[in-house]
Order: sequence, then C-alpha cells, then structure tokens
Amino acid sequence: MIEVPTEAPTQVNVIEMRGIVKTFPGVVANDHVDFSLAKGEIHALLGENGAGKSTLMNVLYGLYRPESGETRVNGTPVMFGSPRDAIALKIGMIHQHFMLVQAMTVTENVILGLQTLGVLIDEKTAETRIRELAERYGLKVDPKNFIWQLSVGEQQRVEILKALYREANVLILDEPTAVLTPPETRDLFSILRKMRSEGRSIVYISHKLEEVMDISDNITVLRAGKVVANVKKSETNKAELARLMVGREVIFRLSKAQAKIGEPVLEVENLSTLNDRKMLALRNVSFTVREGEILGIAGVSGNGQRELAEVLVGLRRATSGRMLIGGRDVTAATPKEIVDMNVGFIPEDRVGVGLVMGLPILNNVIMKNYRDISKGPLLDYSMASDYAGKLIKEFDIKTPNMRYPTKTLSGGNLQKLILARELARGPRLLIAAQPTRGLDVGATEYIRSAVLEQRSLGRAILLISEDLDEILSLSDRIAVMYEGEIVGIVPAEGANIEEIGLMMAGSKRLERTS
Amino acid sequence: MLSILLALVISAIPISQGGVNPIEGYYELFRGALGDKLSLTETFAMFSPLLLCGVAVALAFTCKFWNIGAEGQLYCGGLVAAFFAVNAGGLPSFVAIPLMLVAGFLGGAVWAAIPAFLKVRLKVDDVVTTLLGNWVMYYLVSAILYGPWRNPKTGWPESPIIAESTFYPILIPGSRFHFGIVVSLLVAVAFYIILKKTKWGFELLAIGGNPRSSLAMGISVSKQIILAAIVSGGIAGLAGVGQVAGIHYHMKTDLSPGFGYTGVVIAMVGGLNPIGVVLASFLMAVVVQGTQAMHRATGVPWALAEVIQGTILLCLLIGIFFTKYQVRRIKA
Repeated sequence: MIEVPTEAPTQVNVIEMRGIVKTFPGVVANDHVDFSLAKGEIHALLGENGAGKSTLMNVLYGLYRPESGETRVNGTPVMFGSPRDAIALKIGMIHQHFMLVQAMTVTENVILGLQTLGVLIDEKTAETRIRELAERYGLKVDPKNFIWQLSVGEQQRVEILKALYREANVLILDEPTAVLTPPETRDLFSILRKMRSEGRSIVYISHKLEEVMDISDNITVLRAGKVVANVKKSETNKAELARLMVGREVIFRLSKAQAKIGEPVLEVENLSTLNDRKMLALRNVSFTVREGEILGIAGVSGNGQRELAEVLVGLRRATSGRMLIGGRDVTAATPKEIVDMNVGFIPEDRVGVGLVMGLPILNNVIMKNYRDISKGPLLDYSMASDYAGKLIKEFDIKTPNMRYPTKTLSGGNLQKLILARELARGPRLLIAAQPTRGLDVGATEYIRSAVLEQRSLGRAILLISEDLDEILSLSDRIAVMYEGEIVGIVPAEGANIEEIGLMMAGSKRLERTS
Repeated sequence: MLSILLALVISAIPISQGGVNPIEGYYELFRGALGDKLSLTETFAMFSPLLLCGVAVALAFTCKFWNIGAEGQLYCGGLVAAFFAVNAGGLPSFVAIPLMLVAGFLGGAVWAAIPAFLKVRLKVDDVVTTLLGNWVMYYLVSAILYGPWRNPKTGWPESPIIAESTFYPILIPGSRFHFGIVVSLLVAVAFYIILKKTKWGFELLAIGGNPRSSLAMGISVSKQIILAAIVSGGIAGLAGVGQVAGIHYHMKTDLSPGFGYTGVVIAMVGGLNPIGVVLASFLMAVVVQGTQAMHRATGVPWALAEVIQGTILLCLLIGIFFTKYQVRRIKA
C-alpha cells in the first residue's frame, strides 16, 4: 500500500469511495459507485443478489482492484494491494462464504496471518484474549475446537472474533444473518450496536428489509451495479426500499393449491446418526413424506438438520434405524444409489456439496445426468450444451457464457443452477435444505414457487429451513427439530406459531405423531 | 518465451563458470538436441518416457490422486515386462509386444493401485505412500537383479537379454527412434480424448474440483480414484517397457534417471492439460538432451549441466506464474 500526502481532509468520513468501476467478463459489477461511511454509524448496503454489493466491499477490502475510482480512509487516498493493507488500516470483513482454514482450531484461525506474531506462537495468550472477547460480546465458541467441527453459525462467530481480535474500526459484514437463526440474529445486532457505541463503523450488506430497517442508520441502495439511492433510515420505509431495490412492486404472498396427497415416498424410522464430532446428532427420528406434500422441518440451525439431510442422501451413515424410499430400504445406500432412485437434493452448503466451482457452468448443470447424455463411453457435449442452454434459459440463470467457471455466478444464480439441475430430472423426492437462504426477494420468490410447482406435480418434498415464514407458507405438515429429535409434527393449516416457537426453543414437546 | 530467454541468460552464469563461452555452450545445447538427425532422434527417445510419465502424473492429479510414484511404477512395469520378455522366446513379435505392453501396464497399475486403495479406504496420505513406493520398488529391483536374476553371462546386475521378438521395432534406421515413441504419442492422444470427450474424464475433473460435491451428485469417487491410479500407474509402467524394449534390452537398476519425478514437473508445467503436457515433455527432452550434449562437446562439468537444467525449469515455472497471475506494479 502506498499513501500519498494530500490536502487536509474536509470531511470526517472514515471511508469515502468515489466513482468505483469494477467489471468482470461480460458484467459491470460496479458502475461509478460512490459510497461513504461515517464514524460510529451502521450503514446498510441494500440490493438484490448480483447488484454489486459484495463487489464494492471486496474493492474496499483490497480483494479486488477497481478499474477506476478512488478510495479514501480517514481522508487519505489509499490503494490496497491486498486485504493485508486494509487490515492494517483496521478494516475487517466477514464474507458470505467464510475464509477459515477448516483443519485449524478457532484460535489458530483467529491469529493466522497476524503481523505481530513472533517465530514462536503464544497460543495460550491468544486463547485467553479470544475467550475475553467472546465473553464481552457474547460470542459463544470454544477456541479449542476445529473449524470443521463448527456449524455455519458458529463459524461466523469465529469470523467476527477474527475482526475484533484485529481491533477493526470498520467492520464489513456480507449477508451476516443469512446463516443465523432469529435469536442468533438478535445477539449479532446487540454486538453490532455495542461496536457502534464504541465508535466503530459498520457496513451491513443485506437484502433483508426488516433487518436493514432494524439495525442501520443510513442506507445505500444498489441496483445492477449502480447506486439508486442513499437515504437515512428515519426518512424511509420498507415499501420504498423494496421498490428501490427491485425496481418493481414485490408480491409477498404465494398462492397454494389444495394438496393431493398420495403414496408415502420417504419413510424414516427411528433414524440416528453421529455428527463430525462423533456425538449423537440425530436421535430416533421418524417421519413420512408422501406424494404431493411438503413436510417442513423447522428448527434452529445446528439441531441436526444438516446431518439429517446428509443421511438421507447417503453422505452420512446412520448408526441405527432405517429409511425407505418408495418402499425400498436405502439405509445403507451410497449417494450414487440415492441419485439413481431419482432423488433431488438442494444442499444447505451449495458451494461445498452442491457445485464444483472451478468447472464450467455447463458441467455443473449436467452433473446429475451426464451418464444419459452419451454415446457409449463418450459424453455428447453438443447435446449437453443444448440441454444446459435450455435450462439456463428456462431458469433464468444470468451468465454470458455457459463455459465460464461456475464461480463467476452470483449467489442467487448458483442456487438457480442447482434448482435447474435437480428439478429437470423430475425427482420423485426432493430434499431441499435452506433453499432460499441468502437469496434476494426475487430469487426467493422464484424458488418457492418452483418448490410449490413440484408439489402440485405430485412429488414428495422434504423442506428443511430455518426460515419459519418459509416453512409456514410452503409446508403441509411441520416437524420441529430440537437437539436431534423431532419434538412434534403438526399440520401447517392452523398451526400455532407460538407453539412451534416454543418447540424450537426446546420448551415444549408433543406426543409423537407422524 | 520471455522466460525461456531469461532462463538462457541466467544459465549463462554457470556455463561461463565452467570455463565455456555461453554462446558456444548454447550452440552446442541446441545442436545437440535438435541439430541433426541423430540428436533429434535421441531427443525423441528421451521424449517418450518423459511424455508417458507426464501423462501418468497429470491423469492422477486431475482427480487429486497425488501420484508422486511414477518412478516406482515405471520400474515395476519394466520389471514385469522384462520378466515376460526374457521368457517370450517362441512368440512372434506381433503377439509378444502387445503382451509385453499389457504386462508392463499391469505392473505399473498394481504398484499405483496399492496407495490408491490405502487412500480411499484408510485415508493414508497418497503423497507419502506413492513416494515411498518408489524406494521400495527401486531396492526390490536391485535385490532381484543383484540376486536371483543377475545376468549369468556378464555377471552384471541386470536381467538376461530379452527375447529378440520383444525388441521394439526401430522406426528410423541407425537411431534409437523406437516404437515406444509412437506408444507414448498414442497415450497422449488417449489422455486428450479421456479428458475432453469421455464421461470418465468428466468425472475425474469433477472429483478434482470438489470431491464432496461429486460424491453427493452420484459419482463413485473412490472407485474412480482407484481406476485413475490404475491407469496412471499403467501408463508409467509403459514408460518402463519402453526403456527395457526400446533402449536397453535388459531390466536394469538404472532404467530411469528420474523420469517419474520429472513427470511431476512436466504435469505441473503442462497445467495438467494434454497438449501442455506434450509441449512440456518435448521441452524437457530438449533441455536434458541438449545439456548432455553441451557437457560432451564443451566439457562443462556434468553437475553444472544439471544446474542448467534446473535453472531453465525454474525460470519456466516463474514465467508460467507471471502469465497466470497478472502481476502489476502498484502505481501511487
């Protein structure tokens, strides 16, 4: 980083970005964007997926170099060569996809890359400080745990700890609540408020209107790479923000037809399994999903939902109990056998389980039926690209070219890609885990309607979601998970939200029904 | 291109240290590798095992099976092929040579399948097992050749001469431009087809990109890794066959001067890409052959010739790095 002496600053803004332009092949991600952040404010960056919010902040954090534009920190023009320069100026960032080393402990991740480390690493002291910070901000996490053992929510706390450990004065959070449960979100907000009261500035990237209205002082709205508005929270409202964000009025209601319930497709009986820490993650879970119905699994993240989905698709072995698909015992089936039984799977971890990011979009679209697009051992690439082209169009996946690496897609388009791949095969059972997490209003609406359409086509759907609104509006029956158990199954119609909330919190359980 | 030039400039230092005018040295290098028919055919004889090892490693690396054991697989393939070839007396060439190729392929395949199996079943690190396998195989070959299989006629630690019907045909008379060069080019073409056209190649790329996603999407990851290891080891085994049947006509303890290890470099320099691997192998062959010629013609010490090889490689790798990642000076 090279600093250049300049005239005295005329404003007190911590961050001042002007005319930022950043392009990717075929896309202008930031088109002359101006952004300023004052000391001690929470500034929301609002916009749909692919609007350029993350790009702008990655520029600020030194991950991307803009084609043009200027960034000033405390009035001094800076040019970041890497995040190291940004961190040196006390800017911290928490990405949507965490930047943690899975094979290292929490402590090791927090101190990783610190300049002040000597040759010998004093982990004890670091650990003590991490515990102090965690205590002070209420970030529940054990410094001795390995990252791979942590839930997504816990991993985020490690990221926050990392920034706090580096005494960040500016903290950028990219869709932080996408991975959090409502109580965790409340905790996060109180942490953020505490940081603000200490004079730190926070950039809050989100597309969730409620949260933005709740937490922020100022709001900058981005649409298609451009700033469309910069407003004070006190001078706006949700409806106006929604209109600014999507450029049209949004319909929040989904119409749902009467369920036509048929034969049982997925039957789960007393299923148990262990998590990565070899602890019981699933305890005697039983339920049935029938043709034409959506069974919603509600619950706070980390109560066994991930393990349940993994067992059902064969990625994790059951320790006891059994499961049947279409009457056939698949308890010991491999993932391939499950795929061959025409089970669609939308994984919670899209990047880690659902996609191969380094390969072309084309490859990912055909990843589940490439075996059928073939002449003998040869893969028919021209047929494959016809097929993929059709799906890309049908599911409105925004990309200039299907031969580009999948990692060039934005979050919403990644999920549409998975959806396209899974639904195109007409699955008889669809397992959808957090299908709309982290997606913007438009994509969420699209995916929910697609799931409902599958239901009306008579397919069995298991919907695992932390979003209670989603569960309530899509499901026919709702099963609530708490600490690896199903504590109750209730019909969605006339469901008592209070009751479900109590079950999610573990303070109420129903007699087992199924 | 710039990096090759840079390599030449930097390598001029050790050459002149050897008491030789660098220009003269380079003249000898290129003349010795590409200058006339004999040197060109010799370069191709070097190119063949390098290409096979490069493809073997590149194929394994494509699905993240870290096969550093091409050297051991080469020896194992050579050993099994030689054992067949020594005893293949009565068979006509058109039967004996294909059978010898199969024998060599199987030899290399078995030696690669063991670490692959340990990797997928017991999660034993493949880098360690394949690397250690090299030494086990090398000393096993030595033990056999110094012991039970010592050449009875000469008393040297080498196998008896292989049956004449298993000699690789020489394609350019008066040279060592043998049939194995054709084999290696065919293997390279096969590698291209596998990666770009087949379902199996599609699977290998997916596994290399993200094994967990691949598993979730119904690819039998373990099976494909073992299969890739078998094919990779088999191809390295073919390099051993080439050295036995095309160059030495014996199984020897110094069958390879490290082709298997150079294969790792070639695979990386070639970016695991079939065409890149062919180019990298050829370049490597030119450098190796050329520095040897320079050593002979100008008297640059042999150790320095190896230093020059290393320097050229290093410059190339740096060059590739700079092309891949745009490195720019930050302007204030």
